[in-house]
Amino acid sequence: MSEKTPFDGRRWHDMGGQDAGPVTPDEHDFALWEKRVDALQVLMSTKGHFTVDGLRRALEDMGEDAYEKYSYYERWVAAVNQNLIEAGLYTLEELGQRMDEVRARGDTYGEAASE
Amino acid sequence: MPHDHHDHDHDHDDFHHHGMSPSGHPYRADNDEPLSYWQVMEIAVRELLIEKGHVTPAEIAAQIEAMDARSPANGAAVVARAWTDPAFKQRLLADASAASAEMGFDIGGLRLIAVENTGDVHNVIVCTLCSCYPRNLLGLPPDWYKTRAYRSRTVREPRKVLAEFGLDLPDTTQVRVHDSTADMRYIVLPARPAGTEGMSEEDLAALVTRDSMIGTGLPKTP
Repeated sequence: MSEKTPFDGRRWHDMGGQDAGPVTPDEHDFALWEKRVDALQVLMSTKGHFTVDGLRRALEDMGEDAYEKYSYYERWVAAVNQNLIEAGLYTLEELGQRMDEVRARGDTYGEAASE
Repeated sequence: MPHDHHDHDHDHDDFHHHGMSPSGHPYRADNDEPLSYWQVMEIAVRELLIEKGHVTPAEIAAQIEAMDARSPANGAAVVARAWTDPAFKQRLLADASAASAEMGFDIGGLRLIAVENTGDVHNVIVCTLCSCYPRNLLGLPPDWYKTRAYRSRTVREPRKVLAEFGLDLPDTTQVRVHDSTADMRYIVLPARPAGTEGMSEEDLAALVTRDSMIGTGLPKTP
């Protein structure tokens, strides 16, 4: 529901009971990179680096625009990354530098994912 | 031939979705797609975590393998046991996490609650806030479970939503909607179909569909 209504105490992710279109029963198999995001989420939270609440905080703080624009695991990798940086496991600089290096390896996931 | 599609700017987006996977679902674009910003982030995060010793490639591979091994067949086995073993069904309805663990399905720290469909009551599960789902018994949630449409409307007009799945319930059936949270998740124990007397647990499990355990469908009939 993109129409602006008076503030009712809800944030955007609190969707229960809102108007919405018909349910279209789409499904797909997940890509390897998506499964890796899921695996990192489970492993790093199991190891105690963040909680499911931390993950949700980051997801919810991205706002409605991100929900509409990005896919599920795109939002998840952003949220996992944010929590890991907050936990001090690596720095923003390290991330930025590594992302540059990854990009330089090639134009497809297959090329970029193999060093 | 390429000119056939010159007026469809988005045709290239469909290119990767033509084939169907063995499970009957379209493949999601992956290794042959131009590299996306988020894929770059996934690779970078994973490499940094490995290099700094926070996780090993073997742990990631094992986690993905475990994830791939979890499918609605796990939930179906639990349901079929409950249909054939009244004592197990009691334990399942009392504590679904413990009963599932009994069958070798680790639910982790979550509280799992099984809700039983009967002749008068139909249950359906949703997560209005995000995507909480009994993934240890059913695998990863389907796309539609995470959509705005399903999350918003299931708690308000469940009968209409169920009708969109082809499930038309009589007015005499009470519909109960269960809204999950990250720490408390539900699974539907569907009613055992008529005409299945004497069937083995294994044959019964084959009747239990994923959607029948979400509540958007019913088990198959023999």
